Amino acid sequence: MEWESVIGLEIHAQLATKSKIFSSASTAYGAEPNTQACAVDLGLPGVLPVVNQEAIRMAAKFGLATGSNVSKHSVFARKNYFYPDLPKGYQISQFELPIVEKGKMEIELEDGSKRIIGITRAHLEEDAGKSLHEDFHGMTGIDLNRAGTPLLEIVSEPDIRSAKEAVAYMKKIHSLVQYLEICDGNMAEGSFRCDANVSVRLKGQEEFGTRAEIKNINSFRFVERAINYEIERQIDVIESGGEVIQETRLYDADKDETRSMRSKEEANDYRYFPDPDLLPVILDDAYIESVRNTLPELPKEKHQRFVSEYHLTDYDAGILTSSRELADYFETVAKQLAGDAKLVANWVIGDLSARVNKEDISIRQSPVTAKMLAGMLKRIEDNTISGKIAKDVFNAMWSGEGDADTVIENKGLKQITDSSAIESMIDDIIASNPQQVEQYRSGKDKLFGFFVGQAMKISKGKANPAQVNEILKQKLNG
Amino acid sequence: MSLGPDEVKKIAHLARLGINESDIDDYASNLSNILDLVAQMNSIDTRNVPPMAHPQDVGQRLRADEVLEENQRDRFQKIAPQTENGLYLVPKVIE
Amino acid sequence: MYHTKTLAELSSMLAAGKVSSVELTQSFIDRIKQHDSDLNSFITVTEEQALAQAKLADEKIQSGTAGPLTGIPFAHKDIFCTQDVKTSCGSKMLDNFIAPYNATVVEKMADAGMVMLGKTNMDEFAMGSSNETSYYGPVRNPWNTNAVPGGSSGGSAASVAARLTPAATGTDTGGSIRQPASLCGITGLKPTYGRVSRYGMIAFASSLDQGGPMAQTAEDCALLLNAMAGFDRRDSTSLELDVPDYTADLSKAIKGLKIGLPKEYFGEGLDAGVAEVVNQAIQQYKAMGAEIIDISLPNTHLAVPVYYVVAPAECSSNLSRFDGVRFGYRCEAPRDLEDLYKRSRGEGFGTEVKRRIMVGTYALSAGYYDAYYLKAQQLRRMISEDFSKAFEQVDVIMGPSSPGTAFNIGEKTNDPVSMYLSDIYTIAVNLAGLPGISVPAGFSNNMPVGLQIIANSFDESRLLNIAHQYQLATDWHKQIPKAFA
Repeated sequence: MEWESVIGLEIHAQLATKSKIFSSASTAYGAEPNTQACAVDLGLPGVLPVVNQEAIRMAAKFGLATGSNVSKHSVFARKNYFYPDLPKGYQISQFELPIVEKGKMEIELEDGSKRIIGITRAHLEEDAGKSLHEDFHGMTGIDLNRAGTPLLEIVSEPDIRSAKEAVAYMKKIHSLVQYLEICDGNMAEGSFRCDANVSVRLKGQEEFGTRAEIKNINSFRFVERAINYEIERQIDVIESGGEVIQETRLYDADKDETRSMRSKEEANDYRYFPDPDLLPVILDDAYIESVRNTLPELPKEKHQRFVSEYHLTDYDAGILTSSRELADYFETVAKQLAGDAKLVANWVIGDLSARVNKEDISIRQSPVTAKMLAGMLKRIEDNTISGKIAKDVFNAMWSGEGDADTVIENKGLKQITDSSAIESMIDDIIASNPQQVEQYRSGKDKLFGFFVGQAMKISKGKANPAQVNEILKQKLNG
Repeated sequence: MSLGPDEVKKIAHLARLGINESDIDDYASNLSNILDLVAQMNSIDTRNVPPMAHPQDVGQRLRADEVLEENQRDRFQKIAPQTENGLYLVPKVIE
Repeated sequence: MYHTKTLAELSSMLAAGKVSSVELTQSFIDRIKQHDSDLNSFITVTEEQALAQAKLADEKIQSGTAGPLTGIPFAHKDIFCTQDVKTSCGSKMLDNFIAPYNATVVEKMADAGMVMLGKTNMDEFAMGSSNETSYYGPVRNPWNTNAVPGGSSGGSAASVAARLTPAATGTDTGGSIRQPASLCGITGLKPTYGRVSRYGMIAFASSLDQGGPMAQTAEDCALLLNAMAGFDRRDSTSLELDVPDYTADLSKAIKGLKIGLPKEYFGEGLDAGVAEVVNQAIQQYKAMGAEIIDISLPNTHLAVPVYYVVAPAECSSNLSRFDGVRFGYRCEAPRDLEDLYKRSRGEGFGTEVKRRIMVGTYALSAGYYDAYYLKAQQLRRMISEDFSKAFEQVDVIMGPSSPGTAFNIGEKTNDPVSMYLSDIYTIAVNLAGLPGISVPAGFSNNMPVGLQIIANSFDESRLLNIAHQYQLATDWHKQIPKAFA
């Protein structure tokens, strides 16, 4: 039997507003517990919500960037359930009339093929607080700082057919919300997380199988693993004669498995109704156009422009535009250089990205700023240093030893381009290695590298490689 | 419309209301009477009548994205049943 | 004696230096101490703070920076959050709740220099029409202490009627200002929905709740509304409209006023004695030059059913925050989380509150939403449109505030439906969000009867003008129950 998996993702992106969606308390991450939970966030008797205009604007931006319909009439509704991290006993969300509907997102797979994933809707809601389970005499501690942080819940159509596609889609959305500057994308802090609805069916079958919802997955790797585990589990259940139960499951990264959460069959009666403390959000064409005018260049357009403007390969342009900060970094550097942008692309994709990934920081936190990298690449262009020396300069800059010119000066890394100096050095090398000269001249061409190596060793890498090659050839062949 | 004891228990659970077993019949009969009163609504045809959620037909006013609140944790937690290290305490939550 | 004076009269006396705010405040505190054991109209008396506020008010008066309300004592319904003062909402759930912030209305009245004597008793979470659901025991009607004062603002109405305070605030979700005002023989105004901020007013049914003034006269209500009304950035449903001076139009003549009498307000179920009083009041208006026009509000009979879906639905959700976690009552030694919720809420809420939460929970639950909540919202529009049509024809609508006079304590407690029906004339006004006022219009069997006047949205000035003109011509509002004279 051949199985097909059907996956839909619900992505929760925390919107990068300064204050909460319904109160004027700060959304800053990492504060002492409950110091950023104001009367409204705590749900004190008598308090009322007022909507943050930035949350609306950010949702509209997302809608426009995904070709969705930005609703001119959306409504906040209450989702009623009891949980200690939900202070009011209801979450203010959107139900029947969300702010964004019917968009799409194109994803690319590893084999280069492309697919369109439908976006059913994106709605605004408030985040809940956090339950801390470490031991308070057998009790649970509740921190409501996060309560009321604006979330955009982005719901995909069940168009996804594999864990790999799910990751590709999630990465695309992750990149987009950062491009739009509506979410910092920080998955470790929970700013970007997702629930996955997974079901399986026989290939060719029309109707969907029973789905399980895997809650709160907060890394790309876990999304892939959790979905793959869940697909296997469901196939096993069915093939061994069982039935998949509609339920909520949790992914346990340590054990690499999903497990059933407490049965929620009765808790699913959320008793949604329009929040009577809030009025419908009415947006007009002028507003929507004004938001459209603030849209930045989106990944797809940027990709195309990088290919045409900087003559990059499709592959390089794809990598560089995969995140806005990487693209911005590249472009800042490239604009400062006269020559080939390929050099810039190689450095940004190569040494810089490797170092940033190794240290697990963001490009923005790189100690080598775009300006510093540009300064160094200029020195390659004008032959002050070689590409090889540049690696030392880059490492020195990374360790905080100053900009390229300072490093070159302090370490005396300036390339030797004086032909007579190189010539006399090569004369010395030839003189002190008669055996090798003999062998080379008798046809052992490979030994040419030995002489280059000697020249670089003696010059501590500073001799201009092109000149070394040329003079060596002259002298050895001569 | 008549609600039985089982339905009353179900509703009470949904609303997290502890009610005494001995009061359930009273609740059942009172709630049934209220639902009978409410059932008068069914006599009216409301097709094509747009629902009215608010007395005023206006849109939501939006607030500027500004942080105006200061930390008032001590004041707020003074009235809390149980706190520790700035956290509200509840019986262990099991997921 | 100060207690027989209206708020407006006391204001003049304060301004003229005939009495100080401290003297005035002390005299009302003394009256509360002397009489409230018969009425139970106060939950909390804030003597110390009141005298301190009065002292400050006197300084303001002396320095010439006082307004018309500076130094006037009054009481807040215990539904308004008052910082550092117990705010119980009439419930065991909040018996230990010292509000950590002030309601906007509380701020505004303090800014006007008013002196809060205390917090008045009320039906638990404002759910009731007799003030019998209060955790603090029933309030008694000063005209007959075996009778209810009405509700839910029963403590405010009884305390004003007994002249224990010159004025009080109330809230009105389905008649909770107008019905007790009627049953206690005082004047009570429910403003247009959105006129008075709801911030800090503990919510019962958010789309219906509205705070307003309760006092002896319409003029006093106008002075109070000047302080209470106005836009509040903390309340999304608060209206961004200028607030007129509500005293400005009081003395306008009402000749040519078109008064609509809905036939549905004078039909079956209306007590004959009440009908007679109301008819006499209308004759009085006719004598003053008003034109009387018969109208119909055909969906009136649906108001109570619609209300008992909308209000419980909203309340079932609004009251979910009372869970024993962050404030309020928590049960002893909860076994687990569910036990904490169920016992805290089960023990903290009284029977009527639990009933309404259950009705609302049922009405919103899966499978019933369309049949109940959606249907009720559609009918709400039809009820509202009845009024819109009527106001194309008339300036105001008049009728009784309540179908009967005050009933006896205990008479209807076991029959919620018959209790609900006593709000039949007031509820539709909340559903439509309109302003309404109840004015003392006479007595039936020695118990007060109120005339209800309903105006179009934002037309409080006209309501107050019409009521004031009536009060210039009559003295029903000046009657004081003998025991409290």
